[in-house]
Amino acid sequence: MAQHQVNYLKDGGLPVALTTIDKVVNWGRSNSLWALTYGLACCGIEMMASGASRYDFDRFGTIFRASPRQAELMVVAGTLTKKHAEFIRRLYDQMTEPKWVISMGSCANTGGMFNTYATVQGVDRVIPVDLYLPGCAPRPETLQYGVMLLQQKIRRESASRAQKPKRLM
Amino acid sequence: MRAYTPKDNVQKKPYYTDRYWVAPQVAKHEVSSDAVFARDLEAISAKFTVLEAYIQVDQMVVIINAEDNFGVIELMKNSLEYNQLSELSAIDWLAAEGKFEIFYQMLSMSKRKRVRIKCKIDEKESIQSVEKLFRSADWSEREMYDMFGIVINNHPFMKRILMPDDWEGFPLRKTYPLQGDEFASWYEVDKIFGKEAREIIGPENRDPARVDRYDTERFARLGHEVPRGADISQGEPDTPLVYQESEGVFLIEKFDAEKSVVISDRDR
Ligand code: SF4
Repeated sequence: MAQHQVNYLKDGGLPVALTTIDKVVNWGRSNSLWALTYGLACCGIEMMASGASRYDFDRFGTIFRASPRQAELMVVAGTLTKKHAEFIRRLYDQMTEPKWVISMGSCANTGGMFNTYATVQGVDRVIPVDLYLPGCAPRPETLQYGVMLLQQKIRRESASRAQKPKRLM
Repeated sequence: MRAYTPKDNVQKKPYYTDRYWVAPQVAKHEVSSDAVFARDLEAISAKFTVLEAYIQVDQMVVIINAEDNFGVIELMKNSLEYNQLSELSAIDWLAAEGKFEIFYQMLSMSKRKRVRIKCKIDEKESIQSVEKLFRSADWSEREMYDMFGIVINNHPFMKRILMPDDWEGFPLRKTYPLQGDEFASWYEVDKIFGKEAREIIGPENRDPARVDRYDTERFARLGHEVPRGADISQGEPDTPLVYQESEGVFLIEKFDAEKSVVISDRDR
């Protein structure tokens, strides 16, 4: 008799895991959120800090990519000017589905302190936003918490169906 | 006796004005008080009309006619050793006198002196570029055009520098509203989605303290918790306070003051 006999029926030790396709796909999606580098102003510094070694975004599977084709998460970190608005929309359109957007900081949420003629009063006027992070600037911990919330959101979604069209406003 | 002043509306007007207050002015001195500036001014006025000249905070200010600007700056650069144009811009005096004031701030490294050349132009007038003399004037003049709408003659690349090319209006004019005019407030919507989308997207929220009581889509709201997107324009359902034991829990009873017994005899 083998010395280390596996008792399949004891302790739930069956070498079988039952799950759904949705869960597997969403598990994959939520743990490899590749983010588009979108630092627009001072919040961009905090976003870079979250990616760097001290806060280490890589352990969430969030790796910053410089191309919209390889990214599925857009962290809009900073002040969006009206001149730049068309480019953010173009880059958003170039990202492949499924895609998510985090609006980081007061400026991206509402225009923040820049209540002037040249600033877009919230990126949700241009692209649909999944998550708003308050703060000026939000600390890297906040951004990481935000990404974890987004992961929870992705895990709740149904992976097999096409993404529901998102509300712009 | 002191005159009676109503105490209830002191906010409406200033109740105290200093009769002896004089707006502070930066003192102006004669140009002849500085030998280097006096020689420079002599050289300029020998060739061009000088409307006014004085020294303010150790810098000479020379006011000239707008059509002489290129000549004066050429003279300053080539003969008077002012080898740096550190700043160039305009000031909007349209409301007061219908004119723009244009200033050129110059620095001489060898003389360690600064001179400001000023001239005035009308709103529709244009001015000669000094980009041929100083490369730094290139972007400054583009910015002047961008912000004030002053057209520069002979500029190699007369184009807006900060605002988008299709922008309307000149933001640094005193008549331009800080939060933008009609064009500015719809700029990104018109450009990306077209004018039809204005109604769907809605006007900008320019009130930073605004909270919409009946908006259940956004992240911040007041009132009782309701599911996202629920229509509560008719008022949302109250969330009543429920206690766990009110339904009846095993072994737990709600305290009833009627049935309770007060023990008066402590030694019992
Ligand atoms: S929210 Fe604050 S930190 Fe972030 S971009 Fe705006 S001003 Fe900078």
